[in-house]
Amino acid sequence: MSPKGVGYLKVVIFCLSLFPAANLLQGALSNALGTNPVETLIRDTGDWALRFLLIGLALTPLRNLTGQAQLMRFRRMLGLFAFFYAFIHLSIYIGLDKYLYWDDILEDIIKRPFITIGMLAFLCLVPLAVTSTNGMIRRLGGRRWQKLHKSVYFIAIAGVIHFMMLVKKDLTEPLLYAFVLLLLLLARVPSIKRVTQRTAKA
Amino acid sequence: MLIKRPPDISSSEITEEGVYHQRRKFLQQSLALGLGAGIAAHLPDAHAGYGGEALTFTTPDAYRLNVEKTAYKDVTTYNNFYEFSTSKYAPARKAHTLRTRPWSIRVEGECAKPGVVDIEDVLKRHALEERIYRFRCVEGWSMVIPWVGFSLSEMLKQFEPTSRAKYVMFETLVDPEQFPNQKGRVLDWPYQEGLRIDEAMNPLTLMAVGLYGEVLPNQNGAPIRLVVPWKYGFKSIKSIVKIKFVETMPKSTWMKASSREYGFYSNVNPEVSHPRWSQRRERRIGEWGKRDTLMFNGYAEQVAHLYKGMDLQKYF
Repeated sequence: MSPKGVGYLKVVIFCLSLFPAANLLQGALSNALGTNPVETLIRDTGDWALRFLLIGLALTPLRNLTGQAQLMRFRRMLGLFAFFYAFIHLSIYIGLDKYLYWDDILEDIIKRPFITIGMLAFLCLVPLAVTSTNGMIRRLGGRRWQKLHKSVYFIAIAGVIHFMMLVKKDLTEPLLYAFVLLLLLLARVPSIKRVTQRTAKA
Repeated sequence: MLIKRPPDISSSEITEEGVYHQRRKFLQQSLALGLGAGIAAHLPDAHAGYGGEALTFTTPDAYRLNVEKTAYKDVTTYNNFYEFSTSKYAPARKAHTLRTRPWSIRVEGECAKPGVVDIEDVLKRHALEERIYRFRCVEGWSMVIPWVGFSLSEMLKQFEPTSRAKYVMFETLVDPEQFPNQKGRVLDWPYQEGLRIDEAMNPLTLMAVGLYGEVLPNQNGAPIRLVVPWKYGFKSIKSIVKIKFVETMPKSTWMKASSREYGFYSNVNPEVSHPRWSQRRERRIGEWGKRDTLMFNGYAEQVAHLYKGMDLQKYF
């Protein structure tokens, strides 16, 4: 694909990635988020944060499978969208779900493991978002930058565990995310990676 | 159209029903006036199933609650009813598979007159009352619901429980044809709940057969359900087919699912948090802000004496 083509595609992906947020905003303004809109907002933004994390993690195995190196050009944007949705998710938790009752929030962080782990995942996501610019990559140096960004594996695992721990009984949905994440992690195991790369070349 | 037309009301019918049908017409009109096609498309028919028929009842002052009631639409489209689905919006769409007639309740265990009672006989035997109760879900949201029903104690007395009847156990129907989600094992079916006999005999404890003056919609636990307003919502078991007087404390379905998180008593208590979240505050459906959760959901005056001297942190 030409650089121009990649540019156009980036604009398309950018708009598509904003769509869930726009949809929720529209729903909130027109009172169409169901009986418990705060719950809908918090669940949906959390879902999208996880989805963007997984989509971002899917690019490398996809490149290995298809040989399409240009796939990596979209990774930064998708990662930043994961941060974007996680940020809204956390803001809604603090502002609307907890309604700025800091005593409740603090108690949650200290005493509720699923909040602790979710908060930790978000905190780890912040330096990745901050160091996502070309300038920061240069300043850190490729190696150190890569090392830092390896923490995305921890963040994705923590995010899925956060989801698994919050459901009351029905684990179907979080297990689906866990399964996809497991596949994406397995695809990075050196011996499996070699197989996929060989298939791509053949 | 979102809401079905009510059956025609003859002029001889009492005011109570008339008033409620006006409410419905108002709802219809306001929806038609365009609260927006977007919402209408989203929401399932609130009257799916057989609910919606008008009931005859009295409105005792003792059970008037001078606060705004939760909208009928919200009460009937946001339901935890795992027999249909673990999604709260799905039961309203799926509940049409439940057949509420014929329906009978088996009463057994430590009582002098066990037997099987037909729902029609239950309805004939007990005068119905409207009671406006606060309803607090363990998940942290709450509603105010005008139930129609009668005190459970009225019903239990007729079976003459013996001195060995220390607890009462309740059971929901099991039939995967009518409750599609019972094909899965998300909970250990049948759904079971229990009360201590003095809790069961407290006048607040209600057997509900209707809400908003009408027969219970299926998704709200038709044809007959328990309502224990000072306990978390899951204690208020739906679509009851069995009542058993027992001597030892029965294990409820949620205790079996997670005994660390759900105790036998499950009294609403802002001081005792769920292991995964605080119970100090709640969101009243229809409001953006949070309210303080009240001890025993605001019914301390009526029920606090039942738990005198008990460590409520331990017996949660």
